Amino acid sequence: MQGFTYARAAGVSEALAAGREPGTAFLAGGTELLNWMRLEIATPARVLDIAHLSGLDAIETLPDGGLRVGALARLNDVALAPAVVARVPVLSQAILSAASAQIRNLATIGGNLLQKTRCPYFRAEEMLPCNKKQPGSGCAARDGLNDRHAIFGWSDTCVATHPSDPAVALAALDAAVITARGGGGRRIPINEFYLPPDAGQDRNSVLEQGELITAIEIPGSAPRSTYIKIRERESYEYATVSVAVALDLDVWRRIARARIALGSVAARPWRLTGAEQALAGLQPGAAAIAAAVECGFAEARPLAHNAYKIALGRNLVLRAIRLVAEMTP
Amino acid sequence: MLTGRMEFREQLDLTFKVNGREHSISLDARVTLLDALREYLGLTGTKKGCNFGECGTCTVHLDGRRVNACLVLAAAAAGREITTIEGLADERDMLHPVQQAFVDQDAFQCGFCTPGQIMSAVACIAEGHTRSDAEIREWMSGNLCRCAAYPQIVAAVRQAAGD
Amino acid sequence: MNAVGQPLARPDGRIKVTGAARYTADFDRPDKLHAVLVTAPAAGQLTSLATEEAAHSPGVVRILTQADLPQFIPVPVPLMFSLPPMQNDTIRFEGQPVAIVLAETLEQAEAATHRVRVTIAPAEVKAPGQSNPRPPASDSGYIFAEVDAANGDLAAGFSQATHRIAAEYMQPSRHHNAMEPHATLAWWEGENLVVHDATQWTAGTQQMLATTLGLAPERVRVICPHTGGGFGSKGFPKWHTLFAASAARVSGRPVKLVLSRAQMYTMTGYQPLTHHRIELGASPDGRLTALRYDSVNVTSSTEDYVESATQAGRAMYAVPALETHERVEEITAGAPTPLRAPGGGASGMWALESAMDELAHALGMDPLELRLRNHADVDPVSGKPWSSKNLLEAYALGAERFGWHHRPARAERDGDWMVGWGMASATMGSFRLPAAARVTLRANGTALIESSFNDIGTGVFVIFSQLVGDALGLPPHRVEIRNGDSTLPEACGTFGSASAMCVGAALLDACRQIRASLGEVDPLALLRRSGRESEAALGRFSPGDGVQLEIDGGASPTAMRTWGAVFVEVGVDRALGLLRLRKMLGSYSVGRVLNPRTTKSQLIGAMIWGWGMATMEASLFEPRLGRFLSKNLVGVPLPVNADIPAVDAVWVDEVDEIASATGGKGVGEIGVVGVAPAVANAVFHATGLRVRELPILPERLLAED
Repeated sequence: MQGFTYARAAGVSEALAAGREPGTAFLAGGTELLNWMRLEIATPARVLDIAHLSGLDAIETLPDGGLRVGALARLNDVALAPAVVARVPVLSQAILSAASAQIRNLATIGGNLLQKTRCPYFRAEEMLPCNKKQPGSGCAARDGLNDRHAIFGWSDTCVATHPSDPAVALAALDAAVITARGGGGRRIPINEFYLPPDAGQDRNSVLEQGELITAIEIPGSAPRSTYIKIRERESYEYATVSVAVALDLDVWRRIARARIALGSVAARPWRLTGAEQALAGLQPGAAAIAAAVECGFAEARPLAHNAYKIALGRNLVLRAIRLVAEMTP
Repeated sequence: MLTGRMEFREQLDLTFKVNGREHSISLDARVTLLDALREYLGLTGTKKGCNFGECGTCTVHLDGRRVNACLVLAAAAAGREITTIEGLADERDMLHPVQQAFVDQDAFQCGFCTPGQIMSAVACIAEGHTRSDAEIREWMSGNLCRCAAYPQIVAAVRQAAGD
Repeated sequence: MNAVGQPLARPDGRIKVTGAARYTADFDRPDKLHAVLVTAPAAGQLTSLATEEAAHSPGVVRILTQADLPQFIPVPVPLMFSLPPMQNDTIRFEGQPVAIVLAETLEQAEAATHRVRVTIAPAEVKAPGQSNPRPPASDSGYIFAEVDAANGDLAAGFSQATHRIAAEYMQPSRHHNAMEPHATLAWWEGENLVVHDATQWTAGTQQMLATTLGLAPERVRVICPHTGGGFGSKGFPKWHTLFAASAARVSGRPVKLVLSRAQMYTMTGYQPLTHHRIELGASPDGRLTALRYDSVNVTSSTEDYVESATQAGRAMYAVPALETHERVEEITAGAPTPLRAPGGGASGMWALESAMDELAHALGMDPLELRLRNHADVDPVSGKPWSSKNLLEAYALGAERFGWHHRPARAERDGDWMVGWGMASATMGSFRLPAAARVTLRANGTALIESSFNDIGTGVFVIFSQLVGDALGLPPHRVEIRNGDSTLPEACGTFGSASAMCVGAALLDACRQIRASLGEVDPLALLRRSGRESEAALGRFSPGDGVQLEIDGGASPTAMRTWGAVFVEVGVDRALGLLRLRKMLGSYSVGRVLNPRTTKSQLIGAMIWGWGMATMEASLFEPRLGRFLSKNLVGVPLPVNADIPAVDAVWVDEVDEIASATGGKGVGEIGVVGVAPAVANAVFHATGLRVRELPILPERLLAED
């Protein structure tokens, strides 16, 4: 790691003031930042420890049945909170499928959204052609070993995927990211939070320098929801593909609203809005479900080695719909 | 201990409580909790397996919760309570029930991942994640063992949880 | 006394569960420097190495380049890789070391390595599949079995066959991934060199350092009481050990060098990507009439490493006509090195046992029955009797415990899972090497074992205490052990499943001498009566006059191997591509089991290695950039606890006093063998999909609809 200076922020306003200065990184759980620094993916001159800012780790219920989760809440605490388990099981399951118990004890829900890609060319110890790390150097994955890369929304500049599990669940839940900023914070819908892959040197989100995520708000509850994660080993591994599904059924058990997000298929969680529209009004067991789900894949563009993600994604969505339909929440 | 004015420093005077004892050392901001324990406090019981948080070998307790010490800056751990493998046996040097269970169940071979497994197991039991073998397996999966003593590790956790 | 055969707990338990056991990186020396290696980003010519900026970084004491190092005296392969390190500007593979940064702290050393500018004029990358396979050089140093072998009339054998299987199988390159990174702490005391080194072979490290540095061996002391896993990667000494010793010499201070996890993917060896082609011919009753086995493994440009997978074809089944060929193919990567159960162990049996299963299916025969029909009562090529072989009993024991004969004829559905069953034979070669150990019986009722063997977790401390305890009439806990020091009598390397056999035999030889001197019955009482404090003897084992390495019984009158069978039940979710273990059982014929507790742990641990080989492990080579793409434990997944719901190992009662005076053979590796094909065979049973390439990933299992 290159040398840096360290300080602990005593309060949010102090943190915002100091964070504005370029070359300053916020340190929450550190489960990503330390590795970025070891690989020189990030070389902040100043590290500002915000992990123990008070008042930012609470999990509160909202009048509409939803939740407000403090950005500094540790992943395990969020996943195991009774209100989260009951109201938005998809988020609890997504978190518990992520990383390991040790990492989930350190990592925060806010920091987790800001994970960088696990593309092996990006994460290499050496400088390989990577437009995120060195704009203009090329994308080695574009025509390389891309069996784990994107099938949606990629460009020749970058075919990386976003690896976060919680982000996929939050995308399906229409969550909003609440921030604080010197000039005034904002409320950013999660589906507008991430930038397209060719946005510029390793900028993955719309956050500005020194802008601090303070909370995540989830509107309403989604008790009929689930997360499924596919990987070759049973635990402690990033997804090959994952899915978060939340269904609202009407009294006739027809789909009143479907919200479906796929993970590890794009540079952000990918809402299958086309499928969601086609599913409205259908019964979960109906034969028409498959064709409706297929609508979500019209925009899929495979790379040389990852066409299987289309079939896998489709099957995952179908399986998740079946499972949530069977739930008795 | 950092209090009062927020001052960015490259070299920090830090105080930790490790296994009940206070230590004060001056460290470069880059030093991780893992390297602070091993290189500066002479506590080599915690091992370094990968230094990227990908193996769990360096598991310690930070304020009572299991974490990978390689993912924590020493500066971030200052002022907090840390327990390492050296802090488990009691004052009379009797093995902690989890340590004893690992011996009883032959839950180690080369022993390199063992301190991390044990620290993880102690926490796993305290968290209550031992209601079934499947739960134990899942909640202990953050600790790789290349000797693959996994079934014996599960048996050890089960034994200690039952104590 | 009968401690041998008891499931006694390991005496090293306490130090390992308390963190008191010290591994190489846990040792320290005052005033030491931290060394971190700078490596080349690609193969080609090193055109410039700019160290100025790094040399002026805080805390950096010195940056060593080839100009600072002596001409190392070459070491015979395979004692070390044939490419001498940092001796010229030719870079043969990505990750080859080019400089050594020495600094006061680890952080300072690591940071400085990023400031060294390495410029390479890149060479053309040779990726797998781009070069023609060729025979290995006859002096490659890695030829441990026949490169080309033939027995009987192959053409006649195939013409007699009514059923024929011809198939190609592939296994990717795989790294050892031991949890302990390779490490060396080195310092000089005048003209004498002392090193702590993470090794499986104390004497090997000593020999390498003495040879390369032109020292008499007595001037080099190597210390390594505990090694955090090796699996072959710490068997032959590696460059970083030489670098640490050299850096200590040049700087005049002790040097500690610990490889990063990433560096363990480029300079400590790996099992090479291997293509297998197998042709089997059989008659209607399933008896093999012909077998042809061709194997091609990748290797570096620096040496011809030979995987010797075809050994399986020559050892496992009674086939009257066979032909086998080993070939190598050069790629732009570092050199391979043996990995747990190499050759005609896990590699060869992956292909052979998959082919046998395909043959069983073609014949409409029970896969186990096919194995029984082709059981080799004697060595198929030499005709020699086996020193011991109770494989038929092991098949029967395993089948009974697993419930093989009660399995449904067709795969069963369990919710979204198709459940399948598969089996495979297992066999592992036998390695015997010279070993020495000193035993001292003391009048205070204790004994001392002294030998340079290493502890990599196999349980050597407990089994040796059991052997010596029984031989001298002492309880095992009164047997003290000093190991892992080159000043102690020289043991063979702790690899090849050889320690129990060879060091064990040396220990028994020492005890025999003590009893011969004092008296056969109650030597301790006789020692006390004599008034002397102690009686010591240096015991030795040798596989034969001047024989440094004997394989599979070598020139001796019997052939030696270990045997087994693996039975697996898996679940496959075709829609999601998921493959999960339900239960696995290994049943073995491995000689006398000295300690059932540690033996079971070894076998189970190895079987879990097999699961990793079958379902997830691969070190992919990036063909355009010329590097292992992922050099970390995220990109290269290993089995985790949650992968293994139920695994068990059983064995037949057996004593083999030909293989070793201990009656036992090696058990450290055979558990890996046969698992991958058993899994692939179970997948076939579950789905009708025949997967011939490892690992069996979700994308290979996805239902097409």
